[in-house]
Order: sequence, then structure tokens, then C-alpha cells
Amino acid sequence: MTGELHQLQRRMAAAVMQPLTLDETMRKRDRSGRDNHAEAAGFIRPNDRLDSFERLEIYNRQYWFRLFSSFEEDFTGLQAVLGRKKFQALMRAYLESNPSTSFSLRNLGSRLLEWSCDNPQWTAPLGELSQDMMSLEWAHIESFDSASRPVLPVETMTSLSEETQISLQPHVRLLKLHHAVDNALIALRSDSGSSNSSSNSATASRIVRRFRAVSGVNHETIYLAVHRYEDTVYYKRLRLEDFYLLQAIQEGRTLMDAIDAAFEFSVMPEAERPGYVQSAFQHWMSLGWLCEVTSD
Amino acid sequence: MPANRFNGFTDYGVGIGLRIPHYRHILEQKPVVDWFEIISENYMVDGGRPMTVLDSILDQYRVVQHGVSMYFGSADPLNREHLLRLKTLARRTKTPWLSDHLCWGSIDGRYTHDLLPMPYTLEAARITAAKIRQVQDFVEVPVVVENVSSYAEFHMSQMTEWEFLNEVVEQADCGILLDVNNIYVSSQNHGFDPCTYVDAVPAERVAQIHIAGHSKFEKYILDTHDHPVLDPVWDLYARAIERCGPTATLLEWDDNIPSFDEVHAEALKANRFLQAGKIREEESLRNAGMPVEPELEPVR
Repeated sequence: MTGELHQLQRRMAAAVMQPLTLDETMRKRDRSGRDNHAEAAGFIRPNDRLDSFERLEIYNRQYWFRLFSSFEEDFTGLQAVLGRKKFQALMRAYLESNPSTSFSLRNLGSRLLEWSCDNPQWTAPLGELSQDMMSLEWAHIESFDSASRPVLPVETMTSLSEETQISLQPHVRLLKLHHAVDNALIALRSDSGSSNSSSNSATASRIVRRFRAVSGVNHETIYLAVHRYEDTVYYKRLRLEDFYLLQAIQEGRTLMDAIDAAFEFSVMPEAERPGYVQSAFQHWMSLGWLCEVTSD
Repeated sequence: MPANRFNGFTDYGVGIGLRIPHYRHILEQKPVVDWFEIISENYMVDGGRPMTVLDSILDQYRVVQHGVSMYFGSADPLNREHLLRLKTLARRTKTPWLSDHLCWGSIDGRYTHDLLPMPYTLEAARITAAKIRQVQDFVEVPVVVENVSSYAEFHMSQMTEWEFLNEVVEQADCGILLDVNNIYVSSQNHGFDPCTYVDAVPAERVAQIHIAGHSKFEKYILDTHDHPVLDPVWDLYARAIERCGPTATLLEWDDNIPSFDEVHAEALKANRFLQAGKIREEESLRNAGMPVEPELEPVR
């Protein structure tokens, strides 16, 4: 009987998670060609107003409306880059092949970048720009509600040696991007992180959000820290040296290794480097980015 | 009646669901509210604004946790990460009881993020009850289960929804969050008398009641939580209070959310039913020759 419950739930989930038609109704046949009316009638009772298929369709539509709403809210920037039609096609393709595996809708877009790299046809010819935007939007979601650890005490900072390891706050995300998508996204959205609240209400119809396009995003290499300060997410442009130094700290390398990494691709004159390192650390301390290494 | 082992022997009045559009108003105006219900999953994060706001609310108000994705009725085992985060949050909020739904929504590790109806079978009841016990044992807080609105029924069901609910709560020895709006919605969608449902519920297990608004369509009703409470639901609420006594009550409003004051005013309409329930309860105590306790001010 456990098998029967499992079997019924598999059967219903398969039906509910079937893609909708472009008119956002339930398909008459599933991908294998099976008649969905017959399938619904196999496990759902009709009533005097709705047949089995119509009752199942309520759940099928609700499933997709909830996912679409969450995904659109999280990736407004990507929609602005791709345009509504291409974005809708990408969203449907992504969600069909990446159903939620988390109890929280917050994680719905966690595999988007990887999936997009493997499926470039959905973003072509704007693949690189799209991937920059989805990287930034996912970093924003993660930074919004990641942990914040006690900052490194100033006295620890003054007694650092070359072999010391320090750590970056979990909410700091480092990005190397090829387009100035930070400015474009700031113009598009307010600081809301993933505001996809869970709720237990049903959705009568699909939420249609205001659409804004972005154009003329500069093609340039930018280094960015997405971080949180007093519960607000900020995008901070970094110098090349900042980026590689912070990245090395995040990877758990010693301070000496991290400083070496900072200047690997740098053209900064040798004489300016000690002063740069000192002021960079002071600045990051003031932002609360540095903390002690923990066992986890 | 209202203070029982399923709600941690508390005597809460009318609460409101804590929702993002009201954060600023609540933190700045500090309105008098008996308690807030939070959606647990919205605060199962590691840090940031959700937790800062929650801590500020906890400084001033009583909070009860309500979950939406534990899925007691799923054939899948419980999600360990979800359980750990739930327990961590429960320690933070000191919630006197925890609620989630009598439904399923995930299978084979895939989540629908919906509250899908159960087949009403004895074996489904056994599996569901066992999972409720696991959650209760792990989190160490009384668990209460909420009846859901549904739009479909299964051929394999062997009993009514209220018989299934009773079977589950007896086996799990847990409480009930009686959602009278959900009973009304399901009664219209499936053609049963909602009073029969309310009358069949074991009153001594009811720890909390939900009220909400719904939307009517041509052939069915949806549980949209985007309207004031409609009269038939208030009628059902009155009946539930008559049966269960003055019970902790919460208004759910999740979509097209109006101002805090409007939501609060709608919720406070429940007070006249609760007061009538209190008077009835006191009369029955007097008739039985038992002392009547003086009314206490809500704890802040």
C-alpha cells in the first residue's frame, strides 16, 4: 500500500508537472502521446461540474503559475536582456528540465547558469550578456539571505602574519563579468533579493509583471563584489587586484599567497603595492567583509 | 477548552499572518496585535533582512510558526535539512506549537510547491501519522495539522476527508489547525455539508483556527486568500467556536494585500465570536459549580 500511495503521487506529480500549452491550459496529450483525459479519469473522480481532466488541470496550471511567478521575480534582469518572448521560452525550457528539488522556491534558479552554458540556444546571440546577468541575479539572491559571521577584530588584523588565513563573509559573492550589467540591473529593480515568499494560497491566474528592456549594456570586463551591508544588497566594483586578492582569501589561501595572486595580472608599480594592500584591507574591514576562518 | 496540550497550553486570541508589505508599518507603528503567524519556510535562511525583521518582531510580539512544505502526506521520507532548519527556527521563535498541512507536494525529491490532496485511505493515514510523529519528536514542539482546500478527489479514497483527518490525528496524537475557509471551499468543490465536517472534528484537539477569503469561479472555488472573509465562512467559524470554545484564530491574507490596518480590522471581527464563546464557556463553568478565572491581559 505504501507502493500504492507512492504510485498515485508519482502519477499525479507527472501530470501536474507537464508543460502547459502556449494558451496556458493543460495539454490534451502528454509527451508520449497518452490521452490526458483518460489518464486523469484513471485516478481522479469527476463531479457534477468538472470532469477528471478539468480537476487535474487546476493543479497543473497552479503548479506552473507559481513557478513562473517566482522565476520571473528572481530574473527580471535576464528578461530585460532577452526580451519577453525569448525569456518565456528559456524559462519554460529551464523549469521543465530543472524541476524544484528544494523545499524553498528561493532555490529555483540555482542551476540556471550551468544549464544555460549547456544549452546556449536559449540565449543566443546574447549568450555572454545573458550569463552575466543571470550570474549577478543569482549572486544577489544568495547574498540577500546568506549568513553573516562576526567580523575580524581589529587586534587580530594588526597581528596578521604571512601564513595567516582569514575568511570572507558568506554573503560576499565575487564575479568577473564581461558586461556592465550591474548598472543595468540597479536601474531595473529595487533591493528585494528573492522576495518569493512561500504561502499556502492558490493562484487564480498568472501574474503579469511590468516588463522593461535594457539596451546598450557596455561590453567591458568588470570585477564585482555582491555583498550585504545593513541588510541591503550592494554591487561594488572592484579593481583587478581586489578581485584576485579576495578570491584567494575566499579559497582559503594564506595571506602571502593571496597577495601574490592579487598582483599576478597586475600592472601596478611595485612601489605602490604595499600602500594598496594596506588601504584595501582597511576598506574591507570597514565594510565588515573579513572574518576568521571557521571549521565549517 | 482553548488552552490544551496541542497548543502548548496557551490562550492566544486573534493573530495576523506576518507579510512583507506590512514589515515597515509593524516595526515603526508597533500596533497592538495578540500574535503573529509566520510562514516557517520564509525564515529558514542563514541571515539577512528576513532574520533581522523576525528578531525585531520577536522582541515585541508572540510568534507562531506555520509551515507550507513539510508534506506529511508524501510517500517520500522527511527532508533532513528541512527538519534541521525547522528546529533551529523553532528554538529562535519559541513557538508554542507548529503547524503544517495535511497534504503532500513532493515525490522522489521533486517539489511542486503546492498543497496536493491526499487519497483518504487507511494506509495513507498510517504513513502520514508516522511522519507527523517524527517531526514532533525531532522538533520537540507540539505539531498541529491543517486541513487543505482541494479541487480533486481520488477513486482510491475509502473515507471522507474528516474521517481521514480524525484517523491521522488519533494515530499521530497531534492537534488540528482547523481552517474553516478550506472546509467551505472543499465543501463547495466536492458537494458536502461543511457543518458535517465541523461537527465531526474532535474539538479537544483543535489548537488553532484559520479564516480567509476565497474566490468563486463558474465551476469551482479557489482558496486565494485575497479577499475579506465571506459570510458563509464566518457562519462556519461561529459553529467551530461553539464546538471548540474560544480558540486562537488567525486571518490569512496572501494576495492583493491591503494596508495593515485593513487586514487587522478584518481579523478583529473574529473577536465577537470569541467573546460569545467565552461567555458560553463561563456560563457552563458556573452551571457546573466551577470557578471562573478572571480574564488576563495578553502577554507582551
